[in-house]
Amino acid sequence: MPSSIPVSGTADMTRALSSARSPNKTSAFREILSTLWHDKVASLSAALLFIVLICVLLGPWLLADQARAVNLMARNAPPFSLSKGWLFILGADALGRSLLARIIVASQNTMLISASAVLLAMIVGGLLGLVAGYKGGWIAAVLLRLADAIMSFPSMLLAVIVLFVFDPGVTNVILVLAVSRIPIFLRTVRAEVLEIKERMFVTAARAMGAQTDRILLRHIAPMVLPTLINLAALEMAFVMLVESGLSFLGIGIQPPEVTWGLMVADGRNYLGSAWWLSFWPGVAIMLVTMALNLLSNWLRIATDPVERWRLQTTVGKND
Amino acid sequence: MGGFIFKRSMQSVFSLIALIILVFFLARLTGSPADLYLPQDASLEVRHQFNERLGFNDPMYVQFGRFFIGLLHFDMGESLQFSRPAVDVVLQAFPTTLMLAAITMPLVIVIAVITGSLAAFKPGGVFDRLASLISLIGASTPNFWVAIVGVLVFAVTLRVLPTSGTGTPLHWVLPVAVLTLRPTGVLVQVVRSSMITALSSAYVKTAKAKGVGSRAIIFVHALRNGLLPVITVASDQAAGIVNGAVIVETVFGFPGIGKLMIDSVMLRDFAVIQAAVLVTALAVFIINIVVDITYALVDPRIRYS
Repeated sequence: MPSSIPVSGTADMTRALSSARSPNKTSAFREILSTLWHDKVASLSAALLFIVLICVLLGPWLLADQARAVNLMARNAPPFSLSKGWLFILGADALGRSLLARIIVASQNTMLISASAVLLAMIVGGLLGLVAGYKGGWIAAVLLRLADAIMSFPSMLLAVIVLFVFDPGVTNVILVLAVSRIPIFLRTVRAEVLEIKERMFVTAARAMGAQTDRILLRHIAPMVLPTLINLAALEMAFVMLVESGLSFLGIGIQPPEVTWGLMVADGRNYLGSAWWLSFWPGVAIMLVTMALNLLSNWLRIATDPVERWRLQTTVGKND
Repeated sequence: MGGFIFKRSMQSVFSLIALIILVFFLARLTGSPADLYLPQDASLEVRHQFNERLGFNDPMYVQFGRFFIGLLHFDMGESLQFSRPAVDVVLQAFPTTLMLAAITMPLVIVIAVITGSLAAFKPGGVFDRLASLISLIGASTPNFWVAIVGVLVFAVTLRVLPTSGTGTPLHWVLPVAVLTLRPTGVLVQVVRSSMITALSSAYVKTAKAKGVGSRAIIFVHALRNGLLPVITVASDQAAGIVNGAVIVETVFGFPGIGKLMIDSVMLRDFAVIQAAVLVTALAVFIINIVVDITYALVDPRIRYS
């Protein structure tokens, strides 16, 4: 165990830090929450995303029947009318199914697809980026050329072709989206690693005889993580838009399954008579994307020690 | 500079070849065109003849070799759906998309640079908040949804704009507006933050102390330095505009390359898919090289050797 040798003092420091932090963990969490609370826009976004999360977890379980129940009395029922119950506040579709229930049920597919695609891209792109940044050489050259090739080609067209070849199920949509976003993570992580690997603590770890994988995963990766999480929130917003676009074009998720993009596409046929069919799912996409963008903005400032004062001074002002 | 352009072009050629190989084999995995173009009760012999005539019976590597040799004479095979050379079909659709991009891109850059710079001049001011909010909405709205809502409001309800097709300049208003929205939203935010950095630098303070007017400070002194990240993002948006064009062309029935590509995938028109992918990729690569050169022109500190 090379890291337990108290030669340079780094091992002592890490041990001291970790033992000091564990009893304080709740208060650090509370501190984050209070900073968040003082930024009204960011807390609103967080609240919205929390509601969506609840919809994703509980929605299909609670409302699956209501979302499927055909009710010919309520065909294309207009929104803002409570006469048919609160579920019909956003109106009903051509088969009289409650739009609100359908949007809540569809949130699961929409969010799960984007989240898994981003997570996959983050893990694969992050690991490749660590290797490309730390090792350099021909591995990095090949990886970067490949990333360039993927990046410079419009992802939508590649997705169109790939999804037409392999059948457009949930798994394939996730894979296509993940592959098209891996280059972003790869490049970002590589750029960070290039800078971090020159720092003293990496040299120290190497001098103490740490293996490459240990240096990468234990020393460098935690330094890259804040940037990565931040990027993931932004990417999630982008991937959601692309996924909705694919579903809209009819080459993403296929009909028995339902996503917000597909709901917008379905509503297109009733544009003249029932605008709400396309309108509300689009609003849902827009709100979640906005919330993700705003929260990622806030996260970027909150996790950057150089910029954090901006949030903290506003905290002081509000107090 | 010449050496740099050569090196960049070589890199692009590598990426292009990788892309061509990928598309060639992927397109052939979609299934046999014979199922689509011959009647269902066609005899095996007819099918065989069909495949023989179009060369689909040869082994994959022979087909690829033929395709690659043809490529060197700008011959990309014949389109199944139009019975014309694929290159002609693609080049006929390309100007429409190019036109869309050529109108959209300058529009995006001009709007974003002006709005972003003015917003950066007084961070936290009314204009800044308004610009930030609107650009955020622009960047977060799915463009197919905006297209639909646009059709609903301007074509169905107000009846001032046509729903789809090309022809009069009025037909271009909605597609261009929809296509402009997202890149502008993204770019305004980039311009704003890079201009805030530029405006807090020492040379801007010097200019202020000299008594230079605020408009000159923003657009002459700061903008030139604030422009670099803008160029990078703008070039990323070029690929994004092609993405957007696929959707916009589909919604508005524009005969551009995006719609052509989707139709060709559905109809298994391999030759057209390959030609379209190649032409689009070529266009995107040219844009990327142009962006790199612009970089060097705007920032004299960058020297390519």
